[in-house]
Amino acid sequence: MNTSFGELEAILEHVPPHPEHLIRALHEVQAKFNYIPADALDAVCDHVGVARSQGWAVATFYKAFSLRPRKEHEISVCVGTACHIRGAAEVYETIVRGTRAHAGEESTPESDLSVEKVYCLGCCSMGPVAKVGNEIHANLDQKKVDTLIQTHSKR
Amino acid sequence: MKIHNLEGLLKAKQRGITKLYPPKKPKLLVGMATCGLANGAREVFDFFRSKARATSWNGLVEKTGCIGLCYQEPLVDLVIPGKPRLTYNRVDLVAAEKIWEELWNGDIPETSLMAWNDTDMILLDGGPRKLHQGETESFMRRFPSYAELDFLKYQQHIAMRNCGLLDPDNLDHYIARGGYFSLQKALTAMQPDEVIEEIIRSGLRGRGGGGFPAGIKWRSCRKAKGAPKYVLCNADEGNPGTYTDRGLLESDPHSILEGMLIGAYAIGSTEGYIYVRAEYPLAVETMQRAISAAREAGLLGKDILGTGFDFDMEISLGGGAYVCGESTALMASIEGKPGEPRAKYTHTAEKGLWDRPSNLNNVETWANVPVIISKGADWYNMIGTKKSTGTKMFSLVGKVNRVGLVEVPMGITIREMVNAVGGGVPSGGEFKAIQTGGPSGGCIPKDCWDLPLDFESLTHAGSMMGSGGMIVMDQSICMVDLARHFIDFLMDESCGKCVPCRLGLKRMHTMLERFTEGRGTIEDLDEMKSLARAIQDAALCALGGSAPNPVLSTIRYFRDEFEAHILDKRCPAKVCKRLITYSINSDACTGCAHCSDVCPTGAIVSTNRKTHRIETSLCIKCGVCAGVCEAGAIEVI
Amino acid sequence: MITLNINGSVVKGLEGSSILDVARSSGISIPTLCHSGALEPSGACRLCIVEVNDGKRNRMVASCLYPIREGIDVYTESERVRNARHWILQMLVDEHPGSEKIREIAGAYGVQESAFRSDDCDDTCIRCGLCVIACKDVAGIRSISFANRGVKKEVTTAHQLPSPECVGCGVCLYVCPTESMERLFAKTRQLAATVEGRQP
Repeated sequence: MNTSFGELEAILEHVPPHPEHLIRALHEVQAKFNYIPADALDAVCDHVGVARSQGWAVATFYKAFSLRPRKEHEISVCVGTACHIRGAAEVYETIVRGTRAHAGEESTPESDLSVEKVYCLGCCSMGPVAKVGNEIHANLDQKKVDTLIQTHSKR
Repeated sequence: MKIHNLEGLLKAKQRGITKLYPPKKPKLLVGMATCGLANGAREVFDFFRSKARATSWNGLVEKTGCIGLCYQEPLVDLVIPGKPRLTYNRVDLVAAEKIWEELWNGDIPETSLMAWNDTDMILLDGGPRKLHQGETESFMRRFPSYAELDFLKYQQHIAMRNCGLLDPDNLDHYIARGGYFSLQKALTAMQPDEVIEEIIRSGLRGRGGGGFPAGIKWRSCRKAKGAPKYVLCNADEGNPGTYTDRGLLESDPHSILEGMLIGAYAIGSTEGYIYVRAEYPLAVETMQRAISAAREAGLLGKDILGTGFDFDMEISLGGGAYVCGESTALMASIEGKPGEPRAKYTHTAEKGLWDRPSNLNNVETWANVPVIISKGADWYNMIGTKKSTGTKMFSLVGKVNRVGLVEVPMGITIREMVNAVGGGVPSGGEFKAIQTGGPSGGCIPKDCWDLPLDFESLTHAGSMMGSGGMIVMDQSICMVDLARHFIDFLMDESCGKCVPCRLGLKRMHTMLERFTEGRGTIEDLDEMKSLARAIQDAALCALGGSAPNPVLSTIRYFRDEFEAHILDKRCPAKVCKRLITYSINSDACTGCAHCSDVCPTGAIVSTNRKTHRIETSLCIKCGVCAGVCEAGAIEVI
Repeated sequence: MITLNINGSVVKGLEGSSILDVARSSGISIPTLCHSGALEPSGACRLCIVEVNDGKRNRMVASCLYPIREGIDVYTESERVRNARHWILQMLVDEHPGSEKIREIAGAYGVQESAFRSDDCDDTCIRCGLCVIACKDVAGIRSISFANRGVKKEVTTAHQLPSPECVGCGVCLYVCPTESMERLFAKTRQLAATVEGRQP
């Protein structure tokens, strides 16, 4: 077992052992480890009573779950329609270039920053927006993007 | 405190009124929905809180939801007993400090004052509440009232009746504004069939997309054999450009719960789920707190309001899949499976969640229900148009001056929406089209902007009502690029179960990409229309079936733009990178070198130490230079 | 018995039968790829699409799933049906040029590979999921499932590793309409064989 047995136990303890709670359990695993470790996925499947292949199907179907460790600071750039027409594509490219300048490439083992595109964060009135953790950064422009990258690269 | 019956409800109402309008205490309210928070509402709230604590201020600092004026966030309300409600806009920390100072000096703060309101509308409880009596205060002559704000003037808040006017975490606030009295009325004075009859007569149609009559859906589910029956709420709002559901979930969760409770009673259900997308953390938390509060008060659980009616519900968290907004995919997801739709040849009213009779409506639909039960179908169906009754919420965004959440009677025109409510397109631009219905809808051009906003008109125009996304576009938007954008999105979100959607969208994507690169042919355009029809006809679910809509509607109304890309290899909006070139106008260039500093590929060189030039072969057309050039010397051809 | 019309002829079928079953037993041919009489239909390939008028409106339905209803009119060769079928075959033949079975059906309907033909001749899986259903319902094992979604959807084992659950019954090979299970089967079997003490 690679993941801490105790941490996983603590999660599973309050998840009722029923197949309907698979997604909920995976959300908690994702939140705890920042990804779904393979052994944790198997343990969750056993706990809620589904085949391992079913757990695999669910974990790979939904975007909320990542099978590889995510970076500590993940910049989610919204490329939904409202942001798209306000220049989200440029913001995304700028952020990717900016993080490369800081970290060498989009995301390296040394960097704690990564960038991904997401569709619609529901903040359409103030696009382009990006999300870091649960924090929304609104009305992004060149300047704000620079600050954003700098703050999160230094942390 | 448990609420056992009408008497308990009336007591809670009294408590709520005292909390909403404390007789002797002034109150500062900060709008703390996501829009507010993203603009700094948390800092403003913390500032007021700490000041109030430090100075032992006799007033209260509370949070509230979102009234819809997203373009004015962060919003702060000041409620002083006997005075009009005062609303301050774009309150940053500097403004907050000034407001506090003025308030502390005993003045009515006028820094950042946007508008006042001398009457709070209370839709469900005997009408408006006068906040101000007596003489007109001087600021009332100098600042507009709510009724004079163009953004609000044309609106009618039914689903949004409490948004921005109460603390979403406070059950008593909700009850004070007439909440849960509709449930009490339904449970004690109406038979389930009468409730259904009332909803049918109101003409309420599903606000999530299709516009199916809600009451008829309920009736099929009531009649279906099997138990338990499930009442479900679709809060998986994934349409890019839409956040109406988020607004309600974050600002008035109990209105949704009450609607579901009434629906459950009518249908004969004892269990329910609200399926919320995980991308809305605040909405999930707010809803969770509302469910706990309702359970604690006995409004969820056994023997609700002493009538013997049992109902309880849970939140089911989405996993980040747009397709789960489709009813059968949503149900699969609640069951803990991948969100793959199934053919609906047997209705979900008969065989839905766990193959049991199930009734699914979206957030806004549920929020309308208590109002219909309270005020009656006749009151409700007088609003809107004959076939599309009531109001509809829209998130008005894009190239428009006043962006935000609006709720208007059905039937107002697109032109009124854009110009009167939205204040028109920002200067320099001109209205070109409006996109409604998200990726299942389409773009409606200026020629059609006198079209009334109702279900049939929008469908007839090749778009759809959808869940209320409304994206205004001006000349800077390339319709071919936009069509590609939607197909990109849908291809990413397709579950991949059926061939027409999985491979058809991929094919469309390739074709559209060719157009944006100037590589398509006119024959491709006709091919694409034929493929679009095949996808519409053969896809398994509504996501696939409606996926070609954004493409078909753009070809229908903007064929000239496609032709410009295909025949002239030209992008009229100057968006498609393969078809544009950046250059520097040497007459305008001041040689400041800002552009060459930011150019990521070193494509900008100084010619004679005075002006700059772009080396086209190195230019990746990212447009960063144009963004920093203060002289406006960078041209796109 | 339920009476309905297919292409203008009156046919009869038992309640609960699908349009496809009734059509075939009446000698009317409808092409299919992901239909196996023995398994629960998934309605994934959509090749069996037909047009139905139920007296109220015309709709396009998957005939393998749609239960017959009294008095409906079914059209298996309408313009809409032919257009949809054409495109399904066109995309399948372009996406999976390595599959003889697909080429054969496409050829029968006059569909040839187009300029959009994929270079990948190995991938002949049409993601219909018959193997997944068979593994679950016939073998009762669930050693394989779908993974990912959309264009990235594929049939795999958990963690894409040889599956200890697999007993090597081969039912997945048997039901696959496009003979695409061999590679995955070999991989899935690897571990099962080791566990049983035999060489794969």
